[in-house]
Amino acid sequence: MSTVSTRRKPPRVGDAPLFRRLMIGIVVVLVALVIIAPLVIIGVEAFSKGWQLYRDTVIHPDTLHAVMLTVLAALIAVPVNTVFGIAAAWAITKFDFWGKRFLLVVIEIPFSVSPIVAGVAYLFVYGLQGLFGPWLDAHDIKILFAVPGIIIASMFVTAPFVARELIPLMQAQGRDLEEASTSLGASGWRTFFSVTLPNVKWALLYGVILCNARVMGEFGAVSVVSGNIRGQTNTLPLHIELLYHDYNATGAFAAASILALIAVFTIIAKVALERQGAGRVRKTDNPAEKTS
Amino acid sequence: MKIHLENVVKTFESFQAVKGVSLDIESGELVALLGPSGSGKTTILRMVAGLEYADGGAIHFGDQDATDIPVRDRGVGFVFQHYALFPHMTVADNIAFGMKVSKVKRDRAAIDSRVADLLRLVRLEGLGDRFPAQISGGQRQRVALARALSVDPKVLLLDEPFGALDANVRRDLRRWLREIHSELGITTLFVTHDQEEALDLADRVVILKDGQIVQQGTPQEVCRDPKSAFVMKFLGDANVIAAEVKDGRAHVGGLSIEAAGVADGRGELYARPRDIDWSVEGPGIAAEITRVLDRADGRRVLATTGAGEALEFDVEPERVVKAGDAGFVTLRRAKVFCATLRLP
Repeated sequence: MSTVSTRRKPPRVGDAPLFRRLMIGIVVVLVALVIIAPLVIIGVEAFSKGWQLYRDTVIHPDTLHAVMLTVLAALIAVPVNTVFGIAAAWAITKFDFWGKRFLLVVIEIPFSVSPIVAGVAYLFVYGLQGLFGPWLDAHDIKILFAVPGIIIASMFVTAPFVARELIPLMQAQGRDLEEASTSLGASGWRTFFSVTLPNVKWALLYGVILCNARVMGEFGAVSVVSGNIRGQTNTLPLHIELLYHDYNATGAFAAASILALIAVFTIIAKVALERQGAGRVRKTDNPAEKTS
Repeated sequence: MKIHLENVVKTFESFQAVKGVSLDIESGELVALLGPSGSGKTTILRMVAGLEYADGGAIHFGDQDATDIPVRDRGVGFVFQHYALFPHMTVADNIAFGMKVSKVKRDRAAIDSRVADLLRLVRLEGLGDRFPAQISGGQRQRVALARALSVDPKVLLLDEPFGALDANVRRDLRRWLREIHSELGITTLFVTHDQEEALDLADRVVILKDGQIVQQGTPQEVCRDPKSAFVMKFLGDANVIAAEVKDGRAHVGGLSIEAAGVADGRGELYARPRDIDWSVEGPGIAAEITRVLDRADGRRVLATTGAGEALEFDVEPERVVKAGDAGFVTLRRAKVFCATLRLP
């Protein structure tokens, strides 16, 4: 009987042509409107008054200072949060202790709290009317409206990134590898650097990159604690806003293009890392062939 | 190395996993810890390894009190159920790891030649450059064994070593582990919930239930003379038939079976499927066949006795039986224990 091959097969579940086209269409339109269009506008507007103005904006001392400050914040906040993330992930996945679930929830708080709330909270902790304000003032330590405040606010906002990437992976890996390593005579440090770290390195790097992207792009929390002093406590995102409020739209877009460029590099690095990470998962999940 | 466990206790939060276990393992012996899940067998193994610490009691390795020696310094080789091979290292690097981190320094050439020896021992020559993900489950377990042996452990400990493998691979690896053990003569303790594996492999089987040892002995001893209904049932399929015990004999359906040492009153007969005979005429216990299962080595008959007890037994492949047949069963061999549960 050859009727089987000539008969039209019904579509698989959820694979009706109309439904499929509708879904793909919605996604494409939304991506174009919400993501692609703004990015294109940044590029177009940044160069709308010509290369010269773009260059002038980018190498303007205030812009350069903002870039430097942003990089400085990242250089401090990212390593600190990386160490924090590793420690938190290690504690949560390898030890049993009272309050573990609570710690898990606390680590997530920066994700759920609006950054501006964090900024305001810091005002009340380190501000002149705040908890430690008078003491800090008496000892002439400036945290708010200065670089330390910017760094602390950035750290708060990005605290969960590394831990969030590591915890599920380390949970899935369990303690077997560390136990095996120790039973073979390796010290704790040796086990960490030779066994634990190599097995989480892609996830770690992934978390670091996301963390870095967020530090560099952070606006809300930093805006509250920095004081927006041009050329002194202005990070790149704050500088963009400032330029925009100066009715210097082209300048704002030029500065924004720097952030956009960082974002593009971040995405490329992220995709490359996902390839690595995905490769690793596929390899270990590969079911064993029959033994010889 | 002789291992001696003295009244070892372990409690996890409120659950007492091991309730006072004392056990002696002779030097060079291959011993199986056998029990259902939750019987504490893995916990005992992990305490011997130093991966868990005993809450009470003592563990001796030879003359040395090893109770509080950390795993790193205890000198045991541990093989994990899921291999726990380092996925980012090649097979050879996995095996070399223990020698590289050892306090006893070895030069590269010594390590390389030892790795080659171990690969030969576990019959994986030529696979040293592969990653764990590129070899089969059985091969991974052999790498795990080679890695555990690389540090010249005093004791080899294996946690459900073949649990994650399929049946054929398992049987091969079992025989092979036995050969390696004869070759190296290393004191070995392994955990399994598979009675066939324990009986196949071990010099001595230690049967555990609820954190306590219920019986131990050679495979022959525990199989021929199970001391409790639990051991009888755990070691293999067993039919249970209610019987009346009087003056050291159990009586049921006109049969009389030796039951020395069992108190008068209600008793239970335990019989293996091969120890039950089927005949159309009495005497015996009246039963009706409910189903016949054909198997490679004979026919398994499911039947129900007049008292409503389910029976399973084997008949020769040529035997003509079918569902609905009525007849009688007789017991060639049976063990009698005091009734533990009320049968309907």
